[in-house]
Amino acid sequence: MSTSIHTLDKVVIRFAGDSGDGMQLTGDRFTSETALLGNDLSTLPNFPAEIRAPQGTLPGVSSFQLHFADHDVLTPGDAPDVLVAMNPAALRANLGDLPRGATIIVNGDEFSKRNLAKAGYAANPIEDDSLESWHVHSLPLTSITVEALTSFDLTRKDKERAKNMFALGLLLWMYTRPLVGTESFLKTKFSDQPEILAANLKALHAGHAYGETTEAFSVQYSVAPAPMPEGTYRNITGNLAMAYGMVAAAHRAHLPLVLGSYPITPASDLLHTLSRMKRFGVTTIQAEDEIAAIGSALGAAFGGALGATTTSGPGLALKSETIGLGVSLELPLLIIDVQRGGPSTGLPTKTEQADLLQAMFGRNGESPVAVVAPSTPSDCFAIALEAVRIATTYRTPVIVLSDGYLANGSEPWRLPAVDDLPDLSVEYATEPNDQDEQGNPVFHPYKRDLDTLARPWAVPGTAGLEHRVGGLEKADVTGNISYDPANHDRMVRLRADKIAGIAQSIPDLTVDDPSGEARLLLLGWGSTYGPCAAAARLVRATGARVAHAHLRHLNPFPRNLGEVLRSYDRVMLPEMNLGQLAMLLRSRYLVDVQSHTAVRGTPFTGAELAGAITEHLKEVDPQ
Amino acid sequence: MTVDIGMPSRGTDGVPTLAEGEKLSKRDFTSDQEVRWCPGCGDYVILAAIQSFLPELGLKRENIVCISGIGCSSRFPYYLDTYGMHSIHGRAPAIATGLATSRPDLSVWVITGDGDALSIGGNHLIHALRRNVNLTILLFNNKIYGLTKGQYSPTSEVGKITKSTPLGSVDRPFNPVSLALGAEGTFVARTMDSDPKHLKSILRAAAAHRGTALVEIYQNCPIFNDGAFEILKDRDERAGRILHLTDGAPLRIGEGEHARVVVRTDAGNLAVVAESEADPARIVVHDAAADDPSQAFALSRLDDPAFTQVPMGIFRNVERPTYDDLVRSQLAAAAPDGPASDADLAALLRGNDAWDVADSLGRSSLK
Repeated sequence: MSTSIHTLDKVVIRFAGDSGDGMQLTGDRFTSETALLGNDLSTLPNFPAEIRAPQGTLPGVSSFQLHFADHDVLTPGDAPDVLVAMNPAALRANLGDLPRGATIIVNGDEFSKRNLAKAGYAANPIEDDSLESWHVHSLPLTSITVEALTSFDLTRKDKERAKNMFALGLLLWMYTRPLVGTESFLKTKFSDQPEILAANLKALHAGHAYGETTEAFSVQYSVAPAPMPEGTYRNITGNLAMAYGMVAAAHRAHLPLVLGSYPITPASDLLHTLSRMKRFGVTTIQAEDEIAAIGSALGAAFGGALGATTTSGPGLALKSETIGLGVSLELPLLIIDVQRGGPSTGLPTKTEQADLLQAMFGRNGESPVAVVAPSTPSDCFAIALEAVRIATTYRTPVIVLSDGYLANGSEPWRLPAVDDLPDLSVEYATEPNDQDEQGNPVFHPYKRDLDTLARPWAVPGTAGLEHRVGGLEKADVTGNISYDPANHDRMVRLRADKIAGIAQSIPDLTVDDPSGEARLLLLGWGSTYGPCAAAARLVRATGARVAHAHLRHLNPFPRNLGEVLRSYDRVMLPEMNLGQLAMLLRSRYLVDVQSHTAVRGTPFTGAELAGAITEHLKEVDPQ
Repeated sequence: MTVDIGMPSRGTDGVPTLAEGEKLSKRDFTSDQEVRWCPGCGDYVILAAIQSFLPELGLKRENIVCISGIGCSSRFPYYLDTYGMHSIHGRAPAIATGLATSRPDLSVWVITGDGDALSIGGNHLIHALRRNVNLTILLFNNKIYGLTKGQYSPTSEVGKITKSTPLGSVDRPFNPVSLALGAEGTFVARTMDSDPKHLKSILRAAAAHRGTALVEIYQNCPIFNDGAFEILKDRDERAGRILHLTDGAPLRIGEGEHARVVVRTDAGNLAVVAESEADPARIVVHDAAADDPSQAFALSRLDDPAFTQVPMGIFRNVERPTYDDLVRSQLAAAAPDGPASDADLAALLRGNDAWDVADSLGRSSLK
């Protein structure tokens, strides 16, 4: 039969199923094929904290959303155009996000009485008229897959397991994507299980052929490649980009990277990835707890290594005292916090931005540290390099605030040339830097660089520079223990001035305002970049004016931030917390920043923010 | 996979030594800082013993690092003219693990106390022992919290009346040696502040051991727990109470007609009996190198609050690959051609699924 091919400018697909159905893998593979085709894209996985929640139930539903387009993509998409639901629970859990008119593909085999009951359906929604507002395709995905694999010497269970590849093949056909990348992926993945490999390949091709030969689908879609700057690209998640950024930073600093870490969702992938980077001189220590993890990193930093630790909010809380020690020792230390919903254990697999104030102030005493946040998954690479630059230049702990959305979300990344990465070379102290009263050369560990206020990094093994550091207050210059009140006051201010002085080395905040006349500034930080930019685009498409700026440096802020904030009639600040950055900006700049907050464990949608912007514009910029 | 990088066998292997003929003295290890322990504190004796012992190692001073936690004993690094860190409560073993793992050219010493190592830092202590990181941990045990002015510690005896236990403490104390052996420590020893000669002999063996060496040092706090070990310092009492652990020798307390010996009972455990009544075949000979730690552990259980018999010396001293050597060996195996190049980094970043965008129309090709 013949199908017609319709051209679309963008598509949002959500794959949803039981957490054992392989939906993350299916989504990943579809994403890779789409990336290879040259579309711009953004992805958002969403999975339960339980490894295998009870099968077929709502809490066990795992999903993967992909937004791809022939133009630049800013978010994983507000609402899916297509939902692939592998069971009733997946349908029920996701239907609320689906606009009327969207396409639903369900695995009809799974809509048994028992599964319907588990998902809380009294009647089968496929058979009654409750889904009449959507285009529903009910396909017996399980049984067709098993049938396609009749000749294979595998258990029925193993055959059923290949149904995600059948679904993938069908979707790749529908959206005219190639199969070649997935074929080679499967060949590598199942290289030592030839029968499983053959079955998966067969299921993939059977799904593709099903689209081609049956009349279930009469239309195929194509999405043209997006124009992108010349270069080599790959698709990358935030966690992978962060790990690679850490490796690249150590490489450019000519320092060995020593990671002390303790497993915690959603940061564990950083530990996994870095544990495979031994080729790059990366040592990973899986410590006995979060405290030992950062302790070992700090010990390595004392020894002259690039010490780093990776964690999430509850782990950051446990590391507080050691970060304070790092502030007192004035040693470089990299702390990556992949934020998740809190407080306490909170929502381990969901995203949030509520650790900002913890990062800023979550220690005893006046204990300033530098804080930066990546804006997109691929920006995690650049932010790691920037964090290391600050840590080594200013001899300070630096906290990087990533989050679950950035960590697991992905987008195409234009590869930088290694030569173009910043040179992060550091110099250890090698000789005495002062004289005693008799004029003899001595080493004073707290004699500072006049520009940066950084103290020398004198590592063990350097003759003549033996010295002691610790958490007790230091005398200025000599570093000896000092309980002198005036000295303490001076040291507290010196440490604060050192961190504030980092602002001299960071770029001014730039504002995107095509009209040049906007009266409302939309300000974001961290992972809200995509939704904010998408919202600004939606609002501007209606002819309205809005300026957009995004903060990557949260402590210190860019030098011109106050000036920027004061030059607009209103500032709107979306955050996935209850207004933490807004509180900082209000107290620092006395600007009446308007918060827009939500803590639902998922990123903002562009449409939601566009709506909020429009409301503000009615008051400050009616047109 | 690991490679054999010629696994070092002595604790100080890999640490740069002094040039031929060069010698350091106790003075070289004495910092310019005023020592601020209370008069009569056992820490003074231990400090002097360590300062006079360190030159014996023949190591470059700048390659010795002393890391402590919090407590009276943890002020130690300030008084030793090496590299040092006075860190935070209980965490010294964790910090030292990071340092020792990344710097094989350093001799790393941890100074801690009973509260620091066994209460707030208990987790780090057992994991350092489990991993067998190449560290020497000196645990000053005065059975009291001194710096916070006299609360009972995890080694205080049951019933101890202190500021925080006016009716006597009700929790059972840890035996640091039993704990260390339970964590499968490869070197576990006990010594005492009042016997600098014995202390130095233990330090010598601990420094030679590759792996985590845990040395419990009985130390008197003259302010909050004075006389805790007095009976072991009394010339007459001492001889009949201290069980010297001498490798290869029968385990005997005292001499002559009052001598007692350690025997293995019918039930298989250890007991102390008068030598005159002991079956010579049942007298236990000390074997610190025994792979099975059960005899060493049984010896540690001979302790009682009355100090009826107190084993002193090296309970256990066995060889096992160290954590830091194994970690470095994996790193060396992964980089047979030396440090990664720019090209290696570029290849890592590119991965297996990269594609080229040749021009602004977005035409792509599989890389």
